[in-house]
Amino acid sequence: MKAAAKHEPAQLYVAAWLVLILLTGISVLSAFLGIGVYAPAIQYGIAATQAAIVFVLFMRLKGPPSLKWIFAGSGFFWLMILYGLSMTDYASRRGWPS
Amino acid sequence: MRSLYPETQYATLSQQGETAQLGMWVFIATETLFFGALIFTYFIYRNAYPKEIAEAAKDSVLWCGSVNIGILLTSSLTMVLAIDAAADGRRRSLRNWLRATALLGIAFICIKGFEWFLDYSSREVPSVNFIIKPQEAPAGELFWIFYFVATGLHALHLTIGIGLILYMLWRVRRGDLTPAYYAPLEVVGLYWSFVDTVWIFLYPTIYLVGRS
Repeated sequence: MKAAAKHEPAQLYVAAWLVLILLTGISVLSAFLGIGVYAPAIQYGIAATQAAIVFVLFMRLKGPPSLKWIFAGSGFFWLMILYGLSMTDYASRRGWPS
Repeated sequence: MRSLYPETQYATLSQQGETAQLGMWVFIATETLFFGALIFTYFIYRNAYPKEIAEAAKDSVLWCGSVNIGILLTSSLTMVLAIDAAADGRRRSLRNWLRATALLGIAFICIKGFEWFLDYSSREVPSVNFIIKPQEAPAGELFWIFYFVATGLHALHLTIGIGLILYMLWRVRRGDLTPAYYAPLEVVGLYWSFVDTVWIFLYPTIYLVGRS
């Protein structure tokens, strides 16, 4: 009997790589379209999507041990606390920068 | 080839490998905060001085950053293929994919070094030869300080990653990594792809902001 594969097929990783490269191309293109404030939103949205692909597939968040999700998520959770509390300071300042 | 027994504190090799992975995820969580805080300072500067930061960022070398993001994304692919080769016991493929990953990492560092040379030539290095342009005043230098701190720390991480891959190649040669236990390689792979992810966020932050 053939042993079950311990990993995803290589084609999936190659497809993910192609999507990552394609997304990079779209990100670069968005910088030259003259769409103003929408461009950074697109670029960081693409960066977050690329990071998700890398984390889930290349860093194998998909698969055991499932506890990895909590460990991986905790970094972002604490980062959001850092961003949130810092923003309450900067957003409530008056006359800054001066 | 080394023995296939777990260290004394673990019941099985599988448990030992999973613990090693979780340990690396904890380290990655701290690195997320480290680079996240650094990028946050950039957002504060960008919010405070949007025109000046954008003007300064126009002088970043787009082709270097773009080629380098392609190189790093490709290296994450070759790394995961190396790990799969280890899982399957394909030693020759494992060595070749690891070599490819290390070479891609070295190519990144070489391009980064050339880019720093170009930055130096166009007098963009704060405290060394920086000349502020009128439209960048007074905050353009803040962008370049962020640029050198961020890209320098990233390059340091990548250099450590290249060293770890070379160490893995040595361990493969010694016969340490087998289909039953290749957790050290998985842990290095996690680190490598995380360093790739940092560049994914630095790329729009440095190279695209001034051109949007």
